[in-house]
Amino acid sequence: MQQFLQQVVSGLASGGVYASLALALVLIYRSTEVINFAQGEMATFTTYVAWQLIDWGVPFWVAFFATLAFAFVFGVAIERVVIRPFEHGPVLTVVIVTIGLLVLLNGLDGWIWGAEIKSFHSAFPTRPIDIGGVAFSLQDIGVIAVSLLAVFLLWLFFRYTKVGLAMRAAAVNPDSARLTGVRVGWMLALGWGLASMLGALSGLMIAPVVFLDPNMMQVVLIYAFAAAVLGGLQSPAGAVVGGLLLGVMLNLLGTYVHPVTPELRLPVALLVLLIVLLVKPSGLFGRAVVRKV
Amino acid sequence: MRGERLVKLGAIAGGAALVVVLGFTMTDYHQYQGGIVAYYLIAILGLNILTGYTGQISLGNGAFMAVGGYTTAILCGHHGWPELATIPVAAAVAGAAGFLFGIPALRLAGPYLALATFAIAVAVPSLAKRFDHFTGGSSGITLPIHTGHYLYWASWICAGIGYVVAWLVLRGRTGRAFRAVRDSEVAAVSSGVNLASYKTLAFGISAAYAGVAGALLAIGAAYTNPDTFPVTLSLYLLIGAVVGGLGSLWGVIFGALFIEYLPIYAQKTYFGFAFSKQAPSVVYGLVLILIMLVAPTGIVGLARRLRRSI
Amino acid sequence: MPLLELSDVEARYGPIVALQGVSLAVDEGQVVAVLGANGAGKTTTLRAVSGTVRKSGRIAFAGQELGRRGPEAVARLGVAHVPEGRGTFVELTVWENLRLGAYTRSRGADLKADLARMVDYFPWIEERRDQQAATLSGGEQQMLALARALMSRPRLLLLDEPSLGLAPLVTREIFRIVRELNEQEGLSVLVVEQNANLALDAAEHAYVLEVGRVALDGPSQELRSHPSVRKSYLGY
Repeated sequence: MQQFLQQVVSGLASGGVYASLALALVLIYRSTEVINFAQGEMATFTTYVAWQLIDWGVPFWVAFFATLAFAFVFGVAIERVVIRPFEHGPVLTVVIVTIGLLVLLNGLDGWIWGAEIKSFHSAFPTRPIDIGGVAFSLQDIGVIAVSLLAVFLLWLFFRYTKVGLAMRAAAVNPDSARLTGVRVGWMLALGWGLASMLGALSGLMIAPVVFLDPNMMQVVLIYAFAAAVLGGLQSPAGAVVGGLLLGVMLNLLGTYVHPVTPELRLPVALLVLLIVLLVKPSGLFGRAVVRKV
Repeated sequence: MRGERLVKLGAIAGGAALVVVLGFTMTDYHQYQGGIVAYYLIAILGLNILTGYTGQISLGNGAFMAVGGYTTAILCGHHGWPELATIPVAAAVAGAAGFLFGIPALRLAGPYLALATFAIAVAVPSLAKRFDHFTGGSSGITLPIHTGHYLYWASWICAGIGYVVAWLVLRGRTGRAFRAVRDSEVAAVSSGVNLASYKTLAFGISAAYAGVAGALLAIGAAYTNPDTFPVTLSLYLLIGAVVGGLGSLWGVIFGALFIEYLPIYAQKTYFGFAFSKQAPSVVYGLVLILIMLVAPTGIVGLARRLRRSI
Repeated sequence: MPLLELSDVEARYGPIVALQGVSLAVDEGQVVAVLGANGAGKTTTLRAVSGTVRKSGRIAFAGQELGRRGPEAVARLGVAHVPEGRGTFVELTVWENLRLGAYTRSRGADLKADLARMVDYFPWIEERRDQQAATLSGGEQQMLALARALMSRPRLLLLDEPSLGLAPLVTREIFRIVRELNEQEGLSVLVVEQNANLALDAAEHAYVLEVGRVALDGPSQELRSHPSVRKSYLGY
């Protein structure tokens, strides 16, 4: 029982990381129907920036928030400069552009910082904490807390602020939004900025565990995709629930089902992704999308 | 019209002659590189048939190359088959895998398909490590070493066969059906084209080509391990296909040359400025983005536009 | 000087020319109707004003040339466009739709006062405020769209086919409210309507569009008795 609880909490922690990135993907998908293949690499890039700041002697939490701020600007800039020229064309073109961005950023990481693995300071102490007689990792609890806090803050933003409302409006009905004076283009940029921040958070949370290298987020991206698709690509709540669920499920499978070794976690996630895409593409929380003929 | 045909035939003949001549005159190392260009050509040809002609985006053809490559490696390295004999088998196995994947893939549209194929490409190294009983795990499988000359001729002959097959397939009813699928699914269905079978067929063919390319890659490198077929391979194939021009058989050679020689030139030192080993990726990414902006139909499309404006 | 002035405006959708040179004017405090058959260019006229469609020719609002301004910019100048189909944010709540209407206004307490005003005009809003707009009936959505437009305190209201798909009783109510707003608050209105009867009742001045051009215009009284208007649009 003890082990079970530990694995669940541990799974929730990884799940929190997937959920953050999944939420980023959903944010962008909702407003533009674009699947941003570069989300993982954007996260890696911003994590490297954090590493660099810390390496220069900036205190950890200052670097943490500075990185989030940078990530926001980075996301906005990418949308305005790279994505905007393709706004009016077919969605598939934008998807290919995000693939180009993926390749570009992946190379840039290695170019600027080198391809060797780097260790990354954790936000939380790595010692265990005793809750009800069971030893849990403080780091895991911390990651879960941060992820949930981020999601909560985002929810508040969308629900109660004017800009949040405008962003939602721009996503569900851009034409009408324009007529009410909303600058839809900038709302999209804002969406990319927020998504980039979520990605940065995801990277900052996982880097201490898997170590920082240019390919760090590639696998996380797949997990995030699986989570987002599982929850329903249009549903932010779904992405979060999907992420947490996936994290726990993969952990439990890996612990209790013996043919499933650590290397198989990714293919299992892939299987989940494929099954959902084939059986119920709208996900657990999504509405069925009618294909316009 | 007739003049254009003659020019085309001339270009093909000239190209073939060039390949033959270079096969006897270049250094062994350059022939090795030339062989690599040839199998990239085969892989991109396959991808073009899938993405360019039926409009199904695949970010996972590297995975099919892995299937072909490992087939060859296992047959040759573990069971002592002669290398060239494994190539048709690699094609068949990879083709079957592609065909099987194509069946469920029918239900996926555009970006979702890209997503699914991307996931496969990312998963391949992990799968290769897991099933080490077959694949030799992280230590991989070694094959007999051959000269660059060997690879050059093996690859270019396969490339030639590949081109002929592609030409035959695409000019007939199959090709028209493929194009119909790409341009308008609705129109295709209403004119009696059995969408499902053509889409799956395209996947199978594309994968078979990738399988051949993978087999040649394994033979050329004389080694396979889980890292031989990373995600970036699949992405570079797409970039090569886009650069050359999707939907055109002519552009494929440009795509292949691009992805083989760019890293080499990008890693030299220019005016004292040394590009890092990572520079190729940066350039590929940049090129892909710029091409989608400026010339989404690739080099071939650009050439066509120039010709029209002259 | 009129509040809104169109001079020789042309607009096209790809190869199809929708407006072939339309000139019209709306004075401050006036209600002007645009009549015409389907495809005459009525909706396109409104779109040209709000900047939703590309046009050539002059459009001046409050003395300012609109030029190539997009819808966001035109909305900020004080033009509220209730589009064909209402453009309701169906996935958002009734209250959120209204809040969005006030997007261009700076923060202020008068926002609450305005929301209260809308509840005055449309009392049902109060009890349905947290419901998704998709659950509203056609008539309610039209009223909501109108309320949303009014939240921006516009100088000019562009109303596109308010009667479309609505029961006569509901339509009459909507036009009544529009007339009331015009009389009490001096709101200028440019309304596009297929129902010529209703439109001529509500408006002081009207234009008849045919195939992208102004075929007739004049005070509503005159047009009512004009033979071709009677035959084609009034049915008697």
